[in-house]
Amino acid sequence: MTQKKIFVRLALIAVIPFLAELPSGLAQESHVGKLTGHAGEGKQLYRRYCIGCHGPEGDSNGENAPWIDPKPRDFTAATFKCRSTPTGTLPTDDDLDHAITRGFVTTNMPSWNPLTPQQRVDLVAYVKTFSPRWKTDKAGAPINIPAETPVTIESILHGRELFQKLECWKCHGPSGHGDGPSAATLTDSKDNPIRPYNFSTGSRFKCGETNQDLYRIFMTGLDGTPMPSFADVIKPNDAWDLVHFLRTLQSLRTQEAGLWKKYAADHGAEIKPIGPDTGGGQ
Amino acid sequence: MKRNLLVLQATMVLLAGAASAGSPGPPATATISGKVTYTGTPPKMKPIDMAKEPSCAKQHATPVMTENVTTGPDSSLQFVVVYISAGDTAGAAPTEVVRYDQKGCQYLPHVLPMQAGQVLQIFNDDQTSHNIHPLAKVNPEWNKSQPAGSAPIDTKYDKPEFIPVKCNIHPWMHGYFVVLSTAHYSVTGQDGSFSLKGLPPGKYTLTAWHEQYGTQTQDVTVGAGETKSANFTFKALPY
Repeated sequence: MTQKKIFVRLALIAVIPFLAELPSGLAQESHVGKLTGHAGEGKQLYRRYCIGCHGPEGDSNGENAPWIDPKPRDFTAATFKCRSTPTGTLPTDDDLDHAITRGFVTTNMPSWNPLTPQQRVDLVAYVKTFSPRWKTDKAGAPINIPAETPVTIESILHGRELFQKLECWKCHGPSGHGDGPSAATLTDSKDNPIRPYNFSTGSRFKCGETNQDLYRIFMTGLDGTPMPSFADVIKPNDAWDLVHFLRTLQSLRTQEAGLWKKYAADHGAEIKPIGPDTGGGQ
Repeated sequence: MKRNLLVLQATMVLLAGAASAGSPGPPATATISGKVTYTGTPPKMKPIDMAKEPSCAKQHATPVMTENVTTGPDSSLQFVVVYISAGDTAGAAPTEVVRYDQKGCQYLPHVLPMQAGQVLQIFNDDQTSHNIHPLAKVNPEWNKSQPAGSAPIDTKYDKPEFIPVKCNIHPWMHGYFVVLSTAHYSVTGQDGSFSLKGLPPGKYTLTAWHEQYGTQTQDVTVGAGETKSANFTFKALPY
């Protein structure tokens, strides 16, 4: 009898912590490949690795946050820059996992590649407990990226036309230095000043470094920043042309840059400058 | 006396219940109208320099003024949204499309009320690219480029929210989407007047919202076909 009582008590003690934790959303899961992440496990990791910047409530008010620029992500807003999904939709678990694994160059967010894949997926699950949107909304459907078109000078020239026509230069500047006429006035959705990407630095992009990543950046937009989505206004093949042109703005030895350098040497006089009232790039 | 009142109230409740259950219901013909004014000193609106966008600058003979506190004659306050915040049964979203224009690098209208779930169509009438960026917090936040000559953007908001709208390319462009759960709303015009028509008789809470001076509420009871007046006065600060 007494033994049974003790057993019941022990069982209760074992169960109570779970009962107490479940309502706070720790049942949240994430799925990346064959791995399933659990918010309960993620919470322990978050409190060890992430809390200093992102804060105990996930609202970007960690103790280091005042000294960090760009500011840490506020998970309570559920607005994310690097997504494979259309603007205004939630990112996929893969997107969040990639972000944690890759880190964000030129920011204080390091790559968390040293953690195990399971740990990162657990963190993804926990990050998804900070906003109620993860309970009510589904992640967006990743945008379709068709196979890359060949890199040709025609493609680059057409991309240059688009850069002029779609007025990318208004923020990114006529030569991609991030010094366009609107650049100095830009603020993010939290009213913090934000600079457009300067292609001439040759640094990686925050959301990856491949041509596919570059394609995805302007087609999905970087939510929470002034960078809009161009998915409704650029056709898939045209988008690859723009990607090829953007590569020529970087101080990198790419195939695109080589082609452009050769073209500029032969046709320098024909190239119209990008900017206001020039009537197109070519 | 008190008992009589109770009985009367009970009858009224019953009547109201019967009315809402019956298919024709009482005629929705009551009107609440009034005027929104301010006391104090509002800030002076400033002329906007559109020199960085010549295609827009040339559309305006005189510079466009900022619109965050737009006043009219007799201390009237423009762009105040007056709506029924309680007492109204939220109906289905109307099929009527709400139109929003980007013209001359301005948002027209500056404040656009709509019902949750109603289709919103956004046009770019300019010869320049705009990026339309509604800074929603309750609803999803999106940001889309809309170059000159592109098709209108069709969208809708499912949850009530006051959403500031901006164009990052043209930082002077500011506006508001006011997503409401009610179908009864009105924006004050230049003379500060508003009118909520087609109300069924009942007791309503009226809310007036101004982008800079916040909200005010008052209760108004209207009988069938009655016209009641309700005025709001905001305290204006010069900053």
